Amino acid sequence: MSTPAILDRKDFDSLLGALRDRGHEVIGPRVRDGAIVYDTVDTAADLPEGWTDEHEGGHYRLKPRTDKALFGYVVGPTSWKKFLFPPQQTVFRATRVDGQLRFEPGVVDDHPRAFLGVRSCELHALAIQDKVFMAGPYADTTYQQRRESVFIIAVNCVEAGATCFCVSMDTGPAVGAGHDLALTEVINAREHYFLVEAGSNRGAELLAAVPHRGATEQEINAARGGVAQAAESMGRKLETEDIRALLLGNLDHPHWDEVADRCLSCANCTLVCPTCFCSSVEDSTSLDGGEAEHTRHWDSCFNQDFSYIAGGSVRASTASRYRQWLTHKLATWYDQFDSSGCVGCGSCITWCPVGIDITAEVAAIRASDQRRGDR
Amino acid sequence: MNTPVQRPKLAVWKFASCDGCQLSLLDCEDELLAVADAVEIAYFPEATRREVAGPYDISLVEGSVTTPRDARRIRQVRQSSRTLITIGACATAGGIQALRNFRDVEGFINTVYAHPEYIDTLATSTPIDEHVPVDFELRGCPINKHQLLEVISAYVAGRQPNVPTYSVCEECKRGGNVCVMVAHGTPCLGPVTQAGCGALCPAYNRGCYGCFGPKETPNTAALSGQLGALGMGREELVRFYRNFNAHAEPFRQESERHDK
Ligand code: SF4
Ligand code: SF4
Ligand code: SF4
Ligand code: SF4
Repeated sequence: MSTPAILDRKDFDSLLGALRDRGHEVIGPRVRDGAIVYDTVDTAADLPEGWTDEHEGGHYRLKPRTDKALFGYVVGPTSWKKFLFPPQQTVFRATRVDGQLRFEPGVVDDHPRAFLGVRSCELHALAIQDKVFMAGPYADTTYQQRRESVFIIAVNCVEAGATCFCVSMDTGPAVGAGHDLALTEVINAREHYFLVEAGSNRGAELLAAVPHRGATEQEINAARGGVAQAAESMGRKLETEDIRALLLGNLDHPHWDEVADRCLSCANCTLVCPTCFCSSVEDSTSLDGGEAEHTRHWDSCFNQDFSYIAGGSVRASTASRYRQWLTHKLATWYDQFDSSGCVGCGSCITWCPVGIDITAEVAAIRASDQRRGDR
Repeated sequence: MNTPVQRPKLAVWKFASCDGCQLSLLDCEDELLAVADAVEIAYFPEATRREVAGPYDISLVEGSVTTPRDARRIRQVRQSSRTLITIGACATAGGIQALRNFRDVEGFINTVYAHPEYIDTLATSTPIDEHVPVDFELRGCPINKHQLLEVISAYVAGRQPNVPTYSVCEECKRGGNVCVMVAHGTPCLGPVTQAGCGALCPAYNRGCYGCFGPKETPNTAALSGQLGALGMGREELVRFYRNFNAHAEPFRQESERHDK
């Protein structure tokens, strides 16, 4: 870690300016349609100054704060994944010219971007998706192209949301790795500043280009105290001890059917989840058969077609689809990627229209563990 | 015209409907010429007086069956069509006029018409597939023209159409909308409604009205529970499910469950 520096609130625009000077489109939090979403940010005036977000199962509200914090919210309805793994993309187009097929790859929107305000859970989610899309022999080159130029300004959480449980997943609230710069916002009646720490050479170089000064011990402590407070105020908790064996040992638990009574199989949880990576591809043809397009779009294990093979859907029941989602996130992800697939961001709880809660469902299964013998 | 290749003959039929879905075909503008190239528009009174006799390779049927005469006519259409595709909420679910199915039609007729004896109508408005076998149902009120082109292209090319049966939420999230139900407390039928519109209403901060009918495996009871928690009363719930797809089985059952 670099020596912490102080960026004053009044100098925040110069940080955004420096990013733009380096050719980055800055994407950060903005208020839109009653929520804090990630979108293009030009100046600090675009940031959600004085706003916070209230989270509960199936409930989100934008609320005014009593102060003018810029990052006084937790996570919004859209994760960063849509910028790297777009909801819809053209993989290739094919045209028939004189009886020959001509293929043309889709255009990749890989201009340099800066992500401003990435939380620790979200950084972990990015690392997970990096592994999914880039590790191994079959890297997704379009993801790679977009990912390489991303500059990350992370923000340490000093307040936790009511659906947050990063402490349980060991993914926050303190920013650990994967960022270029990390900010901690400190605001009180007298002062409003950001403790800035560089996480990479690029970050240190950017910091050098904006007005800043060394941090006093007191300022460092104030910032660290905020993060410690967030860790103490997690809205949710997930007991992860032995979780893989617990879930895989309870595949026939009656609780899956109980959840299915409430679950809409609407797919919202998977679509908001920052680690879910599933997509499907579709071909379309023009009426004269002269052109075809191969597109990829987000898909979800809650959709019937997702498990369709000759003869029908393997996961016909909602219970089996909910079980697929939960066991993939918290159990089989370990087999596939050597980590949990959940970073404890709470998005799936908040944005589930009926408030189904991954932490509560696991707790219910744990409370009536049906495995026989040694536990 | 003497085109050397044999193009499939397309017919467009109208039953009880507003014509909006047929207009989606005319609304294809840029693609309309391609459609006319790919198929022979053999019968389409809304667009042309030219009429080529059947049988037809593809029949698009708009509208529901509301009269004894139409109940007979749809059989003739079926007989003269190799592939019969229904388009729109009227043809696939009975349409908004299926609201009559929940009430006494005789009563309406006597109240509304000066000469009720001239009215020859059925007690119900029913979808085409309650009368004849249907090869493909394209949902929507109105249908989405891109989906219509996809279906025509698919049938011309002899492949399955890509028309997803998952939720509107799927399109809503892909479109980057803020969920109106979670963030605003606005009732939304999106989680039980089939995609196809591109989540048009949520994109404008309105709840989904269910124009594309029930999705695959719709859990209307769970949605109603949440709508109740958001403050919807029984009567409102009944009306909520009784729109353009009121007669579609899952919506009909759910509205009846609250209509007691
Ligand atoms: S499963 Fe839920 S809490 Fe875990 S990372 Fe995904 S959205 Fe966040
Ligand atoms: S939980 Fe479902 S949608 Fe998410 S990554 Fe796993 S299989 Fe894919
Ligand atoms: S858990 Fe919630 S968000 Fe996920 S599919 Fe079920 S109802 Fe939809
Ligand atoms: S606004 Fe409606 S359609 Fe969109 S995600 Fe929410 S419930 Fe689903």
